[in-house]
Amino acid sequence: MIDKRVASVDAAVAGVADGMTVMIGGFGTAGMPAALVDALIRQGAGDLTIVSNNAGNADAGLALLIKARRVRKVICSFPRQTDSWHFDKLYKEKAIELELVPQGNLAERIRAAGAGIGAFFTPTGYGTLLAEGKETRNIGGRDYVLEYPIHADFALVKAERGDRWGNLVYRKTARNFGPIMASAARCTVAQVRRIVELGELDPETIVTPGIFVHRVVAA
Amino acid sequence: MKRYTRDEMAARVARDFSEGAYVNLGIGLPTLVANHLPKDREIILHTENGLLGMGPAPGKGSEDPDLINAGKQPVTTVPGASFFHHADSFAMMRGGHLDFCVLGAFQVSASGDLANWHTGGPDAIPAVGGAMDLAIGAKKVYVMMEHLTKSGESKIVAKCTYPLTGVACVNRIFTDLAVIDVTPQGLKVVEMAGGMDLNELQRLTGVPLHE
Repeated sequence: MIDKRVASVDAAVAGVADGMTVMIGGFGTAGMPAALVDALIRQGAGDLTIVSNNAGNADAGLALLIKARRVRKVICSFPRQTDSWHFDKLYKEKAIELELVPQGNLAERIRAAGAGIGAFFTPTGYGTLLAEGKETRNIGGRDYVLEYPIHADFALVKAERGDRWGNLVYRKTARNFGPIMASAARCTVAQVRRIVELGELDPETIVTPGIFVHRVVAA
Repeated sequence: MKRYTRDEMAARVARDFSEGAYVNLGIGLPTLVANHLPKDREIILHTENGLLGMGPAPGKGSEDPDLINAGKQPVTTVPGASFFHHADSFAMMRGGHLDFCVLGAFQVSASGDLANWHTGGPDAIPAVGGAMDLAIGAKKVYVMMEHLTKSGESKIVAKCTYPLTGVACVNRIFTDLAVIDVTPQGLKVVEMAGGMDLNELQRLTGVPLHE
């Protein structure tokens, strides 16, 4: 019997090792799998590369992982916010590396990884600092920048409901990066508000099919 | 000197939106446009974190932390709204499906280059979000900004000195002094605030204007 449910958030993040790349869902705190990030802080892995839209908010979740100096590099689109003081401090100390990626390129690079795409040309960022040194090509009269996929060892995502096969549905704008990150990691862990019986989720409305998900934990 | 108020600028931007238009309003000044959408037209607001059919801010006590806009402020949905993930949301933008986006700016050049994401200062922590995708993606890219900086310099320039968001991407500029189109023949003045004449506008603007 397939059963991707795990008993605790601590068990759900087992296997994250030093130096790994970890995707963390969420746009600000909407869709941020806070319980899994807290478990990752307890778990102890360091020297991590974190892929997330932001670089932590206030004194919670990813911000605390950064504060604990467990993050070597952040790949994100919008690190600077009014409450990103832990990232800001380490960045100014040059104690954390930043790869700044336009938000749509971030999303598409993650999607490309999940979809098995080797690289893609995008118009976003052409002629800007964020495309410096990158290969470009004029296609049909328009200029494009070559961007590569972002793969991860782990993806931590938050969904509303999930079942033991790992099928997921999300809630409102908390969906954001969840579905694409789920497809881009070797091990995807979903924190769900409620685990439901197999068959309870309407197949017409499942957003992330269980094939992309490896562990499901209620939190 | 008479200037358009921020609300007058917002109302003027909104008057351009055609029936059925899909529109993304950037963070800052452009968010004001939502208060001035023409009541006789259905305009659908997109927010890049994953919602089409964004409604106004909720009443106090009705905020939902899972229902926010790109500025991370609580919003509502209108009937017919839909949610989607980020790759789909940016496909709507990059793929040319949005009719209009309205962005704030530090500078716009005479050829429509846009600078609005980074001051380039040595201590500034850069953050870009969806600005570059919006700049190159929408069918019409509008900029809404003060005409002059606080120190009185024109924000419409021959060449941007701040780092670019997009190259030759702006179609129309709405300032507190004028509405100006970016055309292959240069900057064309469409409208001016009351009492302003072209000579005075030209004196204040860093690059040649024509009627």
